[in-house]
Amino acid sequence: MQRLMLLGDEAIGQGAIDGGMSGIYAYPGTPSTEIMEYVQNSKEAAEKEIQREWSANEKTAMEAALGMSYAGKRSMVCMKHVGLNVAADPFMNSAITGVHGGLLVVSADDPSMHSSQNEQDSRFYGKFAMIPILEPSNQQEAYNMAYTGFELSEKLGVPVLIRITTRLSHSRSGVEKQQSKTQRELSLPEDLKQFILLPANARKRYANLVKSQPAFEAVAEDSKFNELYPGKNRKLGIIACGIAYNYLMENFRDQKPEYPILKISHYPIPRKKVEKLLFSCKEVLIMEEGYPLVEEMLKGFQEKGTKIKGRLDGSLPRVGELDPNHVAKSLGKKVHYGSKIPDFVPDRPPALCKGCGHADVFNALNEALEKYGKGKVFSDIGCYTLGALPPYNAINSCVDMGASITMAIGATDAGLKPSVAVIGDSTFTHSGMTGLLDAVYKKSPITLIISDNYTTAMTGGQFSLATNRLEQICLGLGVEKEHLRILVPLKKNHDDNVKIIKEELKYSGVSVILAQRECVQTLLKKKRNQKPVTSNQ
Amino acid sequence: MKCDIILSGVGGQGILTIAAAIGMAALENDLYLKQAEVHGMSQRGGAVQSNLRLSDKEIASDLIPYGQADLILSVEPMESLRYLPYLSDNGWLVTNSKPFINIPDYPDIEKIMEEIKKNPNHLILDADKMAMDLGSPRSANIIMLGAASLYIDIPIENFEKGIQKLFGRKGEEVVKVNIEALHKGRDYGKSAQLTN
Repeated sequence: MQRLMLLGDEAIGQGAIDGGMSGIYAYPGTPSTEIMEYVQNSKEAAEKEIQREWSANEKTAMEAALGMSYAGKRSMVCMKHVGLNVAADPFMNSAITGVHGGLLVVSADDPSMHSSQNEQDSRFYGKFAMIPILEPSNQQEAYNMAYTGFELSEKLGVPVLIRITTRLSHSRSGVEKQQSKTQRELSLPEDLKQFILLPANARKRYANLVKSQPAFEAVAEDSKFNELYPGKNRKLGIIACGIAYNYLMENFRDQKPEYPILKISHYPIPRKKVEKLLFSCKEVLIMEEGYPLVEEMLKGFQEKGTKIKGRLDGSLPRVGELDPNHVAKSLGKKVHYGSKIPDFVPDRPPALCKGCGHADVFNALNEALEKYGKGKVFSDIGCYTLGALPPYNAINSCVDMGASITMAIGATDAGLKPSVAVIGDSTFTHSGMTGLLDAVYKKSPITLIISDNYTTAMTGGQFSLATNRLEQICLGLGVEKEHLRILVPLKKNHDDNVKIIKEELKYSGVSVILAQRECVQTLLKKKRNQKPVTSNQ
Repeated sequence: MKCDIILSGVGGQGILTIAAAIGMAALENDLYLKQAEVHGMSQRGGAVQSNLRLSDKEIASDLIPYGQADLILSVEPMESLRYLPYLSDNGWLVTNSKPFINIPDYPDIEKIMEEIKKNPNHLILDADKMAMDLGSPRSANIIMLGAASLYIDIPIENFEKGIQKLFGRKGEEVVKVNIEALHKGRDYGKSAQLTN
């Protein structure tokens, strides 16, 4: 059997290729990006002619994946946890329409917020949509779940959510590959009304979804991904979900655990297995990455009977990701620290790269805004969010994709003048265009700077759908030609750029300033690929 | 055999290349391996680390617990100190001496060196200069790997094979200079051991 060294993300990509996938849809977002990148770079995927282009955002990606499912083929859609908020509308409704070809939705959560605005737990979305959830504990399981997930989805007639977290996404280990399955042929759903969610139909479909719940639970009960391991010491039983199982086993490296352990990696929660553990142990400790979903369900309001411990009673920290140390403490084990970090070692936060065009944008903007005072700039999700840090201190918001433009509209409605929005090119085409249409329609006096570096930079330089289209998009949305200004953010143009921004700040209508210069990272990458080098930096 | 390694540095310094080289060598040795990387925002000039775990038995956690790392391999001196709580009592700290200063409050380098030297098992080398002398400034990380290879229980031939695999597609010249860099780092480490 072939053994590959794969990131958790890559294992999902390979599992889906081998599982007979015909199309993958995604928008880049840490920690999910490498799933699509892996499939894009895969020779096998190219030979199989698997569809694998980036989408404009997670919602369009989710809908395209559902369309492929309608046409009878197997599809996958991948996103980071907050991307599932963007895709929530089609996601929730895809549970009602159900699937024709198998459909896997992968959401990669980021507990501890290594690269995100929050640490929401996607399992709640799966429960909300009432569909099965798979949560791999290691790279091999990630592969296996993608490999067998399409059939599970087809068997149960609904999409299946695969939930992973940062550590598994970005950790590499050996994975054994299975034999590749053939793709499905194009075919229409048996019932051509299945996907029409008119109220009369939707009610039937929803009733069907509700009726299917016991079947979903029965499948989870027998799933090979859920396992109850016996243990002699019944003072404590342990439920470990997904990757928490690995942290638990790390603490029993040289011995067999003495406690009974239930590993959960397939939801809905396997009720019978849980009851067996619950009724045979004095206390149950629940280890889960993210929110205390299982713990809350078991705890309920009346705390009687078996004592439930976990993230709610402080046995484990309520926020942030788990690790072997937290788990050791919750088991009453002693943690052996090395030596202390010397006090004089400061943090080293990320920063804009040397020579980055965003830096020149912020320097010019700061100077142009000097006479108006602080607090006028709404911004967005991307490298340029780092403009919030010194030495720039240039922005005052970062909430969700596209919010810079619409928050600037609301603030100027409240009387804030000037009201400035700074957004990147890829974020603009992801979720900024509709907001700009609002501004044009209302003639909102906002100044929008699109800092265009011709790439989706923060996630590693993926193709940006905005490239070479921004001028036409803005004009098409109704931005006036005289107030669509273009500048090149370079030090030598600083004075001219300040002048342009100042002029547009004075205009009491919609202004768009396109600041265009290629990302220094993608530029370097191109140069490196032109000549042989000695190290992959 | 069990070897838990923390690789540290600053985003963009190429610690993942070192991780990949060790990974390839470990595969040559038929070892289990887990390697947790940092992707995303921190890669933009922030502190980055990679947890690399090698073992002849199956490995559970992707993350190394406190006090269990056998080796900290750092391509930047101050960053080597950030992971001290993970270093085991007998663990080795191998670091490049050249500071990467991209923050205004970077501490005095003498103070950093003093702190590194407090560790009974430490090895400091100027890998950038050694790479320059070799005529291959980009091989500094492989020189670091060569020095650290003394504390990883894998035969040197397998590191060579790993480098061959990693740089093979870039041509024989690149492979050759990096194998040279590997030995240069290793020889330096050996001579430092003798003088200690």
